Amino acid sequence: MSERNYSLLGPDGARAVETGLAAAEWYHTEVPRKVMKELMGRSDGPAIRDTIVLYGCMILFAGLGIWLWPSLWSAPFWLAYGVLYGSASDSRWHECGHGTAFKTPWMNNAVYQIASFMIMRNAATWRWSHARHHTDTYIVGRDPEIAVMRPPEFAKLILNFFGILDVLKFFPTLIQNALTGPTKDERTFVPESEWPKVRRVAQVHLAIYLATIALALWMGSILPLMVIGLPRLYGAWHHVMTGLLQHGGLADNVIDHRLNSRTVLMNRVSRFIYWNMNYHVEHHMFPMVPYHALPRLHETIKHDLPAPNRSIAEGFRQMWPALRRQLRNEDYFLKRELPATAKPYREDFHTAALGAAE
Amino acid sequence: MTQWIDACATADVDEEDLIRFDHAGRTYAIYHSPEGEFFATAGKCTHEEVHLCDGLVMGHLIECPKHNGQFDYRTGEAMRAPVCVNLKTYPVRVEGGRVMLQVE
Repeated sequence: MSERNYSLLGPDGARAVETGLAAAEWYHTEVPRKVMKELMGRSDGPAIRDTIVLYGCMILFAGLGIWLWPSLWSAPFWLAYGVLYGSASDSRWHECGHGTAFKTPWMNNAVYQIASFMIMRNAATWRWSHARHHTDTYIVGRDPEIAVMRPPEFAKLILNFFGILDVLKFFPTLIQNALTGPTKDERTFVPESEWPKVRRVAQVHLAIYLATIALALWMGSILPLMVIGLPRLYGAWHHVMTGLLQHGGLADNVIDHRLNSRTVLMNRVSRFIYWNMNYHVEHHMFPMVPYHALPRLHETIKHDLPAPNRSIAEGFRQMWPALRRQLRNEDYFLKRELPATAKPYREDFHTAALGAAE
Repeated sequence: MTQWIDACATADVDEEDLIRFDHAGRTYAIYHSPEGEFFATAGKCTHEEVHLCDGLVMGHLIECPKHNGQFDYRTGEAMRAPVCVNLKTYPVRVEGGRVMLQVE
């Protein structure tokens, strides 16, 4: 395979449906039902604690930034606020979108709506996009959330560390959504019954941005935009850094998350911002396990998974050369060794993909 | 035409849990509610044909293991996206420690 076509309306997606690669049954490590039930158990405590810390820090840092504005002394506080706004919102959007962060549904939904606004994603559209990402993870032409397409475009990857491409794409889509509902591509994965919701959400987001811009013009200052909107640019780097590691340089068009997802052990601050999504193989294999139980799930199934990268730096040292190599050979990917205790990869399921691995 | 079939023993399903039951080429899910009652639904999620037996029962909700969609297993009502289509339910009765399921 080469010359991938990532369009959701293109030939690769149609071929995935024809061959049964789409909506396939994926490999799962066997976990006793009793253990899995305990791991899947929901509680409000950890997410309430983390949400109080997150929003508390955001108010504190933004407050100090506003107080010290426009002095350069305000810069560190904006940088800290930006990471919480432009990166922690990604993981909150993700976990609350799954409905696993809190036990209480309205809490999941409230944090999901706020996080969707901050990360500039339509709360109605992206719920469905992410469902498809879990059904068809890195299946070309089916998964709308493939962060690194082949061949990789490094300039785009680097620009997105500052959220530039995401934001440039977001606003035209926002306006289109607000006027006419989902785009043509979005209509391939958002059910028709949800289209009015997509439009309403876009109208609310658009109104908030217009009000913020109007306030900035009235004040003759970008300060309101430093609080709302711009942090999605100057604070995006952390979620892009961790997000690239999720699947970058690994296989596509396979049905075993051990081949296309990466677990990376991280420092405590990054794990707080990322809400434990560094346990990414585990999350994809068992999306019902809440973020706070992922370290325990990792301990439970690590005998069946490739060894995790031991740090973000190690993950990048492994991923980056693989991405560079995909510039010359689109089919190349990293195939990580499994421990002796693991069930082997099903080579017969993945003949096309595994043929290109090293 | 409907018929009652023997699905499982009451002790086979833990309280606030479910099991999978296959019969005549179809798959079902049998639930044991926190109040001790038994219920039955179609065995696969209406969203993407995933077996519900690996999901999580929370009170009267069953959450799909793939996309976290939720149904009320007593009525089959779709309660949380991405599920939009209700789940088919089946009458259940308990006789002598056995869970009986009425199927078509």
